[in-house]
Amino acid sequence: MGENAILAELGEAVQAALPGGRTDIERGAELVLTLPREGLVAAMLRLRDEFHFEQLMDLCGTDWPNRPLRFEVVYNLLSLSRNRRIRVVVATDAATPVPSIASVWPCATWYEREAWDMYGIVFEGQTDLRRLLTDYGFEGHPLRKDFPLTGHVEVRYDEERKQVVYEPVKLQQDFRNFDFLSPWEGMTSLPGDEKVHLNRIEESKA
Amino acid sequence: MSGSSAMASEAGPLTSAADPASMPSATGASNEVKTVEVDSHTINFGPQHPAAHGVLRLILEMKGEMVERADPHIGLLHRGTEKLIEYKTYLQAMPYMDRLDYVSPMCMEHSWVLAVERLLRIENDVPERARVIRTMFAELTRILNHLLNVTTYALDCGAITPALWGFEQREHLLEFYEAAGGSHYHVNYFRPGGVSRDLPTDLPGRISGWCDQFPKFLDDLEGLLTNNRIFKQRTVDIGIMTAEMAMEWGFSGPCLRASGVPWDLRKSQPYEIYEQLDFEIPVGRQGDCYDRYLVRMMEMRQSLSMVKQCLARLKPGPIKILDNKIVPPKRGEMKRSMESLIHHFKLYTEGFHVPEGTTYTVTEAPKGEYGMYLVADGTNRPYRCKVRAPGYAHLQAMEVLSKGHMLADAVAIIGSLDIVFGEIDR
Repeated sequence: MGENAILAELGEAVQAALPGGRTDIERGAELVLTLPREGLVAAMLRLRDEFHFEQLMDLCGTDWPNRPLRFEVVYNLLSLSRNRRIRVVVATDAATPVPSIASVWPCATWYEREAWDMYGIVFEGQTDLRRLLTDYGFEGHPLRKDFPLTGHVEVRYDEERKQVVYEPVKLQQDFRNFDFLSPWEGMTSLPGDEKVHLNRIEESKA
Repeated sequence: MSGSSAMASEAGPLTSAADPASMPSATGASNEVKTVEVDSHTINFGPQHPAAHGVLRLILEMKGEMVERADPHIGLLHRGTEKLIEYKTYLQAMPYMDRLDYVSPMCMEHSWVLAVERLLRIENDVPERARVIRTMFAELTRILNHLLNVTTYALDCGAITPALWGFEQREHLLEFYEAAGGSHYHVNYFRPGGVSRDLPTDLPGRISGWCDQFPKFLDDLEGLLTNNRIFKQRTVDIGIMTAEMAMEWGFSGPCLRASGVPWDLRKSQPYEIYEQLDFEIPVGRQGDCYDRYLVRMMEMRQSLSMVKQCLARLKPGPIKILDNKIVPPKRGEMKRSMESLIHHFKLYTEGFHVPEGTTYTVTEAPKGEYGMYLVADGTNRPYRCKVRAPGYAHLQAMEVLSKGHMLADAVAIIGSLDIVFGEIDR
């Protein structure tokens, strides 16, 4: 409980210091700070210098296709001197760039390159926005939810041309994606069984 | 000049690694000729190079014999683990973890199971025996990892014997892996809620026997390297990382501690039973390649002591939680009880559902902070899983570490960072 109070206190202090910021405590253990894109670099500098979050441990993207701003950029910061962690979340879409924080932590460069590579999130001010993990000449952003798991091209060695060639993916069997949302627990009424279900609701009300 | 650069790329790192004395004479010769124009040329180091520790393609821009710029091209081992996991149940995602840092498989599983347990809110229900087993194997894995790193690092610097000796010890440890989980490397042994099965009855005794002979081996290994003149010439004052730089570049684990920052997640944010164990954190001072080696050597002794403490705490008891919605029922029960059979079927087809939530869970893997950013959306599959690999941040600092050093020093720096591409490329 003491731990929770400390986190809440830190959260309030951070929220008061950063305009537009909103803090949550996830499962009573992890401090989450949602920030607007504007003024991100200044906010990160304050987190580093005033709140002693010296290290950027991780930066990654997340894709939520149904939201108006479909991408989230998640920064996991660590304070070595205070032994605290904070997670900073910034929302954006494919067209709007997020300010690069490579000037605050130089290690952000590769993480931002990876987020660009995997999600197509653009980082403003990042001078080295090359692809990082995917193949030379790769097209698309593979971790987006609308990118197929099988990819678009496959590679093989062509004996006649004596070189490696790229070809469209040919699947021997259609890609199968099972829906495991269980009819036993998830679905409340089976077809033709609506009356039982209605009775059950009334029972629970009574 | 193009002829000399081709030679350097083919024979440079290898010959100089074998004979460092040949380097000054080479630069001395160019001084005699008094060529004013210093032609910078680019060397393609890897992807197939024994000192690249996997598939690293390092573009080195050289100014004579000095590294001017280093641009690591990674991703040659990229297998799309994070994407694949989004299409697997939480249980099916386990084996992918072993294949991240394939030198320390169980430590990779560790963050995953802790993250899933947190999201399932069962982190406090895991039985004591399972915690002890997991901690013990995490520490055995640390020794396993450091043995590989230290010895192959010495190999990069021209010493062959440590690798031959170290791999014999590794083989013993891998036999313990096999006894516990059924496989040498990709054990898939940890489970959310415990471990997959109990240890064979004779295993604690065998581990304890191994513990007795290991300090002798460590002494021998240190005798070969710690005061070895050639090894020190290759590593002391090479690739210096100050504490401030190490923090800026996201360093963690032995690489951060070698720079003089006493930071260890096992002490500062303890998980499993580390709070109850008695151990020390070795810290370096210079932050050079030699200190990174020393820290790892001392960590092995600490890990050994922790393994012994875990063995002493190993009491009979359950090895996983009892909730059959998350862990499968016993085989014997399945023969008798219909409900157990249903549970088993549901677990291995549909898997368990994890309530909505997000976590960034970290463990102190042998290489540093190994984090798991896991987003669950209430279904049986993770919505997003980001692996924070320590080696990724370390390799990124390759340029600042190697700038102004000789080509052969770049090899020593890569070795000292403990690079494994399974976790970097993912």
